[in-house]
Amino acid sequence: MLMQLARASLWNRKGTVLMTVISLTISIALLLGIDHIRHEAKSSFTSTVSGTDLIVGARSSQLNLLLYSVFRIGNATNNIGWQNYQQVKTHPQVAWSIPLSLGDSHRGYRVIGTNEDYFKFYQYGEKQPLKLAQGKVFAGVYQAVLGSVVAQKLGYQLGEQIILSHGVGSISFAQHKDKPFEVVGILAPTGTPVDQSVHIPLEGIEAIHLGWQGGGMPAPGKGISAEQSLAMDLEPKVITAYMLGLKSKMATFAVQRQLNEFKGEPLSAILPGVALAELWQMLSMVENMLLLITVLVIVATLVGIVTTLLAGLKERQREMAILRAVGAPASTVFLLIELELLLMALLSIGSAFVILVAGLWGFRELLASQYGLFISINPWHDQTGLLLAAVLGLTLLLGAIPAFLAYRRALASGLMVRL
Amino acid sequence: MSAHTDLKIPALELKSLVFSWPGQAALLDIPQLKLEQGQHLFIYGSSGSGKTTLLNLLAGIYPCKYGDILIAGQSMAELSAAKRDQLRASSIGVVFQQLNLIPYLSVLQNVLLVSAFAKKIPQAEQRARYLLQKLGLEQQLWQAPANQLSVGQQQRVAIARALLSQPALLIADEPTSALDHKHRDNFMQLMLSEAELCGTTVVFVSHDPALRAYFKFELDMEQLHKGVQPC
Repeated sequence: MLMQLARASLWNRKGTVLMTVISLTISIALLLGIDHIRHEAKSSFTSTVSGTDLIVGARSSQLNLLLYSVFRIGNATNNIGWQNYQQVKTHPQVAWSIPLSLGDSHRGYRVIGTNEDYFKFYQYGEKQPLKLAQGKVFAGVYQAVLGSVVAQKLGYQLGEQIILSHGVGSISFAQHKDKPFEVVGILAPTGTPVDQSVHIPLEGIEAIHLGWQGGGMPAPGKGISAEQSLAMDLEPKVITAYMLGLKSKMATFAVQRQLNEFKGEPLSAILPGVALAELWQMLSMVENMLLLITVLVIVATLVGIVTTLLAGLKERQREMAILRAVGAPASTVFLLIELELLLMALLSIGSAFVILVAGLWGFRELLASQYGLFISINPWHDQTGLLLAAVLGLTLLLGAIPAFLAYRRALASGLMVRL
Repeated sequence: MSAHTDLKIPALELKSLVFSWPGQAALLDIPQLKLEQGQHLFIYGSSGSGKTTLLNLLAGIYPCKYGDILIAGQSMAELSAAKRDQLRASSIGVVFQQLNLIPYLSVLQNVLLVSAFAKKIPQAEQRARYLLQKLGLEQQLWQAPANQLSVGQQQRVAIARALLSQPALLIADEPTSALDHKHRDNFMQLMLSEAELCGTTVVFVSHDPALRAYFKFELDMEQLHKGVQPC
């Protein structure tokens, strides 16, 4: 009965109710959307690299090492010796390794010097390996494999020649013009920083820096041409970092300690999972702020709704008196107002879900192709139910104000309401 | 309903009923009033004489703190607020001056509203249809929203609602004030004859002395305070 009344009453005021539901829908969709993106960001963030047991670089903080080796942000404090790397590779626990040599860029995108093991062993997400969308892995010194975003944003095709720059700014004054690289492969999108990288062989890194001294360009005419350098010894002397896969996870901490205590040079070995979690903790502050703001938006919306209800109470006094006259207890008045609010809130939650899923579905392609973001269209997470229960609870709590006022008025004013 | 079976129990009985608003002199002080089953009483009173308060007390909206009101033998003073609400649903019908109906419910839903709160009204729907028909409301109006009816029609629906549960007592608070002369006459006759059929006792309050003519018994507020009995 009360349900029938509430429905009929809402229908009777459908204009106001519609606006109320729209405003509540927007704020709930915002809340769910932010929460969803938070989850997706976290999962995509923490799945940037997987399957790697240790990342090793010159002695530095673990965040710094993580940032430059995995996220291609910032710079290494120092390089590490190639010979020492060769020595670590022979460690009985090491199953595989990926060398990384950083420091150059191409139009703002980082260049990674590495070898074919990168394409064999690098994993992200749920231990997914890298896949080539087009072409093949580099085989020659002056060949490059592009991340999907680099290829798409700069419009590169297979076979095109690209020129690398020294340093990592998007505008560089020192360019390796004499040694262009040929695009031989383009990777499939991964939603990780790999998409934004240009991969070339370690020998290529070595070759473009031949004749450079003390970090400066060779004097004009003194440079070594591309052909000349091919005949020279291109084995690298130093690299920036390397990733290790171990035969047994159990050995991770032992190997980490051995590397941290390495006699040849000061090294830092980090567990990517632990470092990612630590980095996420710092970033999640921002996310939590965002969520807090959304919660405040909801509160503001609800306060607005309650204000509307309060303003409308006087008009409904007659209605309440009639209910009292036919024998409704005063509590019916309270329950009716709360029930109406509950119905509006449930309607808003429903439409917020529809809008959100439709939006995510509609923008899925765009987000994936333009931003390399892979966002699931299902916005339901473990604590979404709790979040929505909190929204409903808050609605009922704030709704108790007009409901209680109406209840008190119904008790005091009796049946014969003066209009 | 006991009032229907035992004629010795008055349908309405007031015993030294005193009511005052906090910090004010007594607004009502009625030593005694007894109405038999089926008796129709006209109470005349100017505005401010406590008519409305009396009706709220009779309907069980306000608690009676001093004295007692008995509806078909049931003492109100003994009852909790919730029990009084229940008693009102099953034993008391109320008709207001105007705007008796919930605008967004249909005519039939408005009449049946009582059955949602009363204990159990046998064949409520059938009775609702019967009453509406008898009160001259055509069937095509029954599903229409109440606010599409004329004031006269609305007041007739209000009678049907008030009498649905065959209450012991019908309370009417100037129900004709919004009606013109012709409709008023029609309304009074319909209301009183239906009440008579139900064996319902009527307490009709108005400041319009012209309505006296419809009643066998009349009292004004002053007489009530003196304990004069209708005879």
